[in-house]
Amino acid sequence: MELFDHTLSDLHELLHKQEVTVTDLVKESFKRIKEVDDKVGAFLLLNEENAMAQAKKLDEQLSEGKADPSEILFGLPVGIKDNMMTLGMKTTAASQILDNFEPVYNATAVEKLIDANTITVGKLNMDEFAMGSSNENSSYKLCRNPWDLSRVPGGSSGGSAAAVASGQVPFTLGSDTGGSIREPAAFCGVVGLKPTYGRVSRYGLIAFASSLDQIGPITRTVEDNAYVMQKIAGHDHRDSTSVDKPVPDYLKALTGDIKGMKIGVPKEFLAAGVEDGVKARIKEALAKLEELGATCEEVSLPHSKYALPAYYILSSSEASANLARFDGIRYGVRKEENELLQTYKKTRSEGFGDEVKRRIMLGTFALSSGYYDAYYTKAQKVRTLVKEDFEDLFLQYDVLIGPTTPTVPFKIGENVEDPLTMYVNDILTNLMNLAGVPAISVPCGQADGLPVGLQIIGKHFDEETVYKVAHAFEQATDHHKMKPEL
Amino acid sequence: MSFETVIGLEVHVELKTNSKIFCGCSTEFGAPPNTHTCPVCLGHPGVLPVLNKQAVDFAMKASMALNCDINRLTKFDRKNYFYPDNPKAYQISQFDKPVGENGWIEIEVNGEKKKIGITRLHLEEDAGKLTHAEGEGYSLVDYNRVGTPLVEIVSEPDIRSPEEAYAYLEKLKAIMQYTEVSDCKMEEGSLRCDANVSLRPKGQKEFGTKTELKNLNSFTHVQKGLEYEEKRQEKDLLNGVKILQETRRWDDAGKKTILMRVKEGSDDYRYFPEPDLENLYINDEWIERVRESIPELPDARQKRYIKKLGLPEYDAKVLTQQKAMSDFFEEGLELDGPPKQLSNWLMGEVSAYLNQNGKEITEVPLTPDGLVKMIQLIEKGTISSKIAKKVFKELIEKGGDPEKIVKDKGLVQISDEGEIRQMVVKTLDENPQSVDDYKNGKDKAIGFLVGQIMKASKGKANPQVVNKLLVEEIKQR
Amino acid sequence: MERITKNQVKHVAHLARLEFTEEEIEKFAFELDEIINFAEQLNELETDNVEPTSHVLDVQNVLREDEVKPSLPREETLRNAPDQKDGQFKVPSVLE
Repeated sequence: MELFDHTLSDLHELLHKQEVTVTDLVKESFKRIKEVDDKVGAFLLLNEENAMAQAKKLDEQLSEGKADPSEILFGLPVGIKDNMMTLGMKTTAASQILDNFEPVYNATAVEKLIDANTITVGKLNMDEFAMGSSNENSSYKLCRNPWDLSRVPGGSSGGSAAAVASGQVPFTLGSDTGGSIREPAAFCGVVGLKPTYGRVSRYGLIAFASSLDQIGPITRTVEDNAYVMQKIAGHDHRDSTSVDKPVPDYLKALTGDIKGMKIGVPKEFLAAGVEDGVKARIKEALAKLEELGATCEEVSLPHSKYALPAYYILSSSEASANLARFDGIRYGVRKEENELLQTYKKTRSEGFGDEVKRRIMLGTFALSSGYYDAYYTKAQKVRTLVKEDFEDLFLQYDVLIGPTTPTVPFKIGENVEDPLTMYVNDILTNLMNLAGVPAISVPCGQADGLPVGLQIIGKHFDEETVYKVAHAFEQATDHHKMKPEL
Repeated sequence: MSFETVIGLEVHVELKTNSKIFCGCSTEFGAPPNTHTCPVCLGHPGVLPVLNKQAVDFAMKASMALNCDINRLTKFDRKNYFYPDNPKAYQISQFDKPVGENGWIEIEVNGEKKKIGITRLHLEEDAGKLTHAEGEGYSLVDYNRVGTPLVEIVSEPDIRSPEEAYAYLEKLKAIMQYTEVSDCKMEEGSLRCDANVSLRPKGQKEFGTKTELKNLNSFTHVQKGLEYEEKRQEKDLLNGVKILQETRRWDDAGKKTILMRVKEGSDDYRYFPEPDLENLYINDEWIERVRESIPELPDARQKRYIKKLGLPEYDAKVLTQQKAMSDFFEEGLELDGPPKQLSNWLMGEVSAYLNQNGKEITEVPLTPDGLVKMIQLIEKGTISSKIAKKVFKELIEKGGDPEKIVKDKGLVQISDEGEIRQMVVKTLDENPQSVDDYKNGKDKAIGFLVGQIMKASKGKANPQVVNKLLVEEIKQR
Repeated sequence: MERITKNQVKHVAHLARLEFTEEEIEKFAFELDEIINFAEQLNELETDNVEPTSHVLDVQNVLREDEVKPSLPREETLRNAPDQKDGQFKVPSVLE
């Protein structure tokens, strides 16, 4: 058994029983990275020297009995998606335009993990500025699916999911704007939560679409996920959109008891376009949940087909403004010309990759004079309708369930030619970002030897119920125990 | 053909908060470059704005003082444009829901009162400072100022002359100072003005094509720039030259406006709601709380000075133009200073000194207490008004207690008849020719004699006593 | 809606401070057109009486007190500066 086959609470116990040291865990992480990451490509940057030094310090604390035994994450290695600010570690969002960028502060979520004495082993690969569903838009290197190296790990948090799936770190942070945690979690056979909008501080997360972005944990089990979430959730006075609501005890929700729970299954989530193999796994999962005492009913999200275009207009519009600051004036890579306008244009044209430029163009167009109402305002209105669809269903159902993705992981290069086909990968995930509701992807078996993700969606701020159902399902099945051979 | 001038003004006023609008950096003026900056105001990746409550309160206060309606739902929007002084490449501003709308202020030009409409007052963040290195091919950017809260106050195109524009600015500045939302120091950039000006044939309803004037560093520049534009546009129109929608700047050295650029259509700022800031809902309670903090405004003070203190309208107007001056006057009143005398001194000697030295009343050692005490010494006859000027000079330059100054410098007025008679007799003895001249009907001679006596007394002799005794003594000769 | 023209693409690129080769402009005109066509599905929906959503949660009046907090040391502010001079960020001049 590999060290990272253990759950976070097992690792915690091993540490406190002094069966392993923090140094062992960190070494194990780097050893595994060296073994497999040439193939996987999950990490963009390693923090080995600092991590080892920190491990040594924490081991001293442990041996001196100074470590807080209630701090489950103490001494555990973590990987951070490269769009979160890490003081002392270059942060690039996988873009050439930030190739030399050294953050001057820590993201709040990162800071909270540091406060819990986790050890950041490195920064994780992703689609440039989190724009993509395959990790093929990283300007640095490919990230591959640990289950089949010829396939994509999903995106944009591809590195975050692949690193956990391949046992390089026990948990990571990802970010999700339209499915960027859940889709790679599904593709890599791990657990990924997109929390309610406003539940986790966005401070220090490089903004893609500010009204949709959320940071969330990627782990091997639901319990692990809840432990990490417990740490990173909560109000932050530096993020005006983070909500000042107490954070419940997520671990307490993991009772395994879902008897009488009402589950809605949106028919649109199992419609044409969803592969048969995926449908089959989802149906089995629903049967399992009924077996556990829940009732499943077919329901409808009538505006779901409009969510995807609305999502692309809104996210690209916000992105066009959010990415305007990368202009080579204060930081980043400047391509200097002898006057300002050309410097701006060269810096940005050479610094951004094609997909990023495509979205900036789309967003700039949608906001431009004469088109704003037709596209941007219209999309905001559709957002209202999508949100109301969810509100209506949550009056009757505890959670909604469907697949996370319409397909299993596709081949690298298969979808890169046509942006629209690529965008369709988000079709089952972006709605929750529009509605701001929490959703998790948990492994529910395989189709054609590749992982399939089950998506469980909850009400605003009801991560507890989402976790409860996810955990009950996980514990009643063995899907989470499957590991890729590398 | 005669034309009518149409002017609209856009005034930016920096609010006097301690910290910036969206971060905790200090707004203090004059710090070394880039020392009042943080990731938020530098627009680093991942940062988020958090709104300063005081900035909202100030914007509401200013809106109310300008008779604006307060929007119950107000929100922020992103205004997108690239420029090195704009770190996020968007400015957080307000588009369709400004804090205040539909206000007005009253101005007076040549004795005529007029209301100028205020379209809107919105809250936004200031930009950084870009310094162009002349001929070097580069510019330098200092971000200390970026994120200082600003209100932009847009007038209706109700202004019809450069004088009205000047009066509008004076009044606006006074209101901003009275409400204590801003210092309004143009030299520090805490008040800035752009002007839109166009001409139309008298009687025509439609507006003509306007030009926008920038780089107006003082109210006088605004007036001069507008006067120049008025003439330039009139000449062009009379010569059949089409007015273009231009941005022009005032060149004070050349006393003319210079073309900066011709505008093609309107700029496309791609405004959209700022997702990082939540909406503001302003309830009655909030409005009342801010309203209560608004002090007496210049117009109200002016009326009070006329009605309650009996000051002439002119005095009341001049005294209330600047808050600092008016506050000084108010303090003087509190100390039982006689209103008219206080007003005379403030409008006369005090203003003259301040103008000559380019200072504000708050920047000189003179205190209301000092001035009132000095006036009281004059009224009691302890010092003559001539001597008072000496005392005043001391007070305004060095400060201090007038009684002590008078005592230390031996400036007390001599009213003792015996003492003065001696001086009179001596002077008459020394100037027999003047005595003769007087007796031969040359009245002027008496003035000379008085002057001699005053000189002999070093200005301390009571002039009334001198006059009286002089006449008596001459009669006896 | 009319198709996206190359001139529109150029205008939008300028607004976004991006530049493209003629070939890229053509590609973008095609792709944007495709995406915009796709987005035009939204017109099937009647939304006259629907309020637009800009913030998904009903949170309001998030404010902070007017307190000065420490700023960054200037070295940190300038740490990532591509070019600097005399404590300021150095940038190429604007052509007027």
